[in-house]
Amino acid sequence: MKPVFMTYTKKDLINLAVCMFLSVLIIPTFITTEYWYTSILIPWLCLALATIGQQIVMGYTGQLALGAAGFMAAGAFAMFNLILRVPDLGFVGSLIVSGLIAAAFGILFGLPSLKVRGIYLMVATLASQFFIIWMIDKFGWFKNYDSSGIITAQDIVILGKPFTTPLAMYFVCLAVTTVLTLLAMNMARGSTGRNWMAVRDMDIAAESMGVSLLRTKVQAFAISAFYCGVAGALFAFCYLKSLEPVAFDIKLSFKILFMCILGGLGTINGAFIGAAFILLFPVLLNAIGNNVFHGAIDATIISSIEQVIFGGLMIIFMIYEPLGMAKLWENLKVSLKSKLSSSGTKSLKSSAQKSE
Amino acid sequence: MVDELLFFMEVLVGGLLAGTMYSLVALGFVLIFKASATFNFSQGAMVFFSVLAFCGFMQDFNIPFVLAFILAALLMVVVGLCTERLVLRPLMNASEDTVLMATIGLGYVLEGLAQAAWGVEVRRLDLGIGDFPVPWIADNLKLFISALDITAGLVAAIMIIGLFLLFKYTKIGLGLRAVADDAGAASSIGIPLKHIMLLVWSAAGVVALVAGCMWGARAGVQFALVDLALKALPVLIIGGFSSIPGAIIGGLIIGAVEKVLEVYIGPFFGGAIEGWAPYVLAIFFLLYRPEGLFGEKIIRRV
Repeated sequence: MKPVFMTYTKKDLINLAVCMFLSVLIIPTFITTEYWYTSILIPWLCLALATIGQQIVMGYTGQLALGAAGFMAAGAFAMFNLILRVPDLGFVGSLIVSGLIAAAFGILFGLPSLKVRGIYLMVATLASQFFIIWMIDKFGWFKNYDSSGIITAQDIVILGKPFTTPLAMYFVCLAVTTVLTLLAMNMARGSTGRNWMAVRDMDIAAESMGVSLLRTKVQAFAISAFYCGVAGALFAFCYLKSLEPVAFDIKLSFKILFMCILGGLGTINGAFIGAAFILLFPVLLNAIGNNVFHGAIDATIISSIEQVIFGGLMIIFMIYEPLGMAKLWENLKVSLKSKLSSSGTKSLKSSAQKSE
Repeated sequence: MVDELLFFMEVLVGGLLAGTMYSLVALGFVLIFKASATFNFSQGAMVFFSVLAFCGFMQDFNIPFVLAFILAALLMVVVGLCTERLVLRPLMNASEDTVLMATIGLGYVLEGLAQAAWGVEVRRLDLGIGDFPVPWIADNLKLFISALDITAGLVAAIMIIGLFLLFKYTKIGLGLRAVADDAGAASSIGIPLKHIMLLVWSAAGVVALVAGCMWGARAGVQFALVDLALKALPVLIIGGFSSIPGAIIGGLIIGAVEKVLEVYIGPFFGGAIEGWAPYVLAIFFLLYRPEGLFGEKIIRRV
């Protein structure tokens, strides 16, 4: 199979340019409060990256997996140990290697997908979630025999320069996310992605067309785990700034699953939309609770309401738009365009009539 | 040697009885799967929701035990009704995976509602059955087995027999089996699909309540119940999704294996392997017998 580097269309290049313009120039100029970087933008980029990983295995390859947080933990702790024990590797090298380590776990726990699907696979991937967290928790070596349970992450140093301010960390996350997103789009559009989708749509048919199920599924799991691993490392080093296995529990896996499904299965931009929604909605609810009701509603009730709304949205999306918010966005664009063009033709017509 | 054997027996029996608790949760999954081929991921949330409501009725409103139980059971019927109307009916023709994801959403809704209504603190549930060894058994057989475990075993046995009789000998049971076999054909010969679904979801709700009572009495009524209920998934894989006896046997296997492993192998790895051992066991089952011990063979066509 030849490496896939699709020729980008003009639209893609414009999208990329707009995104880069916004994220590199506009955001750093206009957002100066640290809060936005440390609590919203950085976790958003990290979780969006993990959601892309989930998308690859779930949205593109159609395998119900529920262990993203486990792979994130593997990536994060691999990163910690690599920086600690192999300092020569540097930050970027460690990041790549920790992604590869997570990918190895992905291959191992993705193997059951060859035999089973749906809910069966979900249970098999749950094993990875619980096993990886347990392993890190119980073997002191992974935590460098730290007894406190929470380890402080090392500072990020790239080519001798420290990246410790929120803005600098934002740029680190942005760079990694951009590169990996572009790669994911390439894979999704190329033959790799077509194989994934063929397996998703009908695995038996795909197999009889000559798509190797073994290769495709294992590849999807490995790449997905790589993305999750890198995302986990960034999540720990740029957002949490500490490493503890509890941060990567099953709740985070469910969160990423929600981001993936609500954002829109089988879309890359859906990963970003979903992550933004799941991350920002609680902030919004809290703001409403504090400013409209002046703290009259208990914080626990607000988080319960948040859960009800996420669950309710999940049901509503499954009923009315299983393709999620990315599809809504697409529909909105199409209807706007058709409105614009129809009003355009109308004005042309009216001007034509006037000239008559 | 005798002591070691006794200890092993104690671990084994304790594990088996604890396994019946998993069976009780798994039973709710099986009921719904049998009737509608829907995998109800929210069963764990239903356990939490029902028993929290039960505790809330008793502790916040001082409603007597029996009445509170009936009220909680009625509440689960209402939940079943709403689920059928608002979630399942619109998704009638959707793919399995879509329905599964919708039930994950349903689980979130139930968890959130329960916590919004009754608060997040851990509640104690006192069934009047202690979680301590029964003196009679300890004296005569030299086994230390908790009274709560025995009760859970008995309750599970009664429910299995009841459900078995219901499925086998009543008209409703016949209808249920017909719907499970082919929903379209069943509805075309006049079996009211809606009523059957309502019935099944209500029954699953009541089973969830009973399971919740058992778990709540042991571990306290708290959010962690949802995670515990996840262990019903490996139980189902081992037993087969559509078999009631399978749920029981699966629960027993998981309960026994995880306890024995924890006691004999756990110490070498720093313990707590029961957190993942059931899932790994389930993977091995999946590799060799994907349909479970008692499940029907899955045949897929292009």
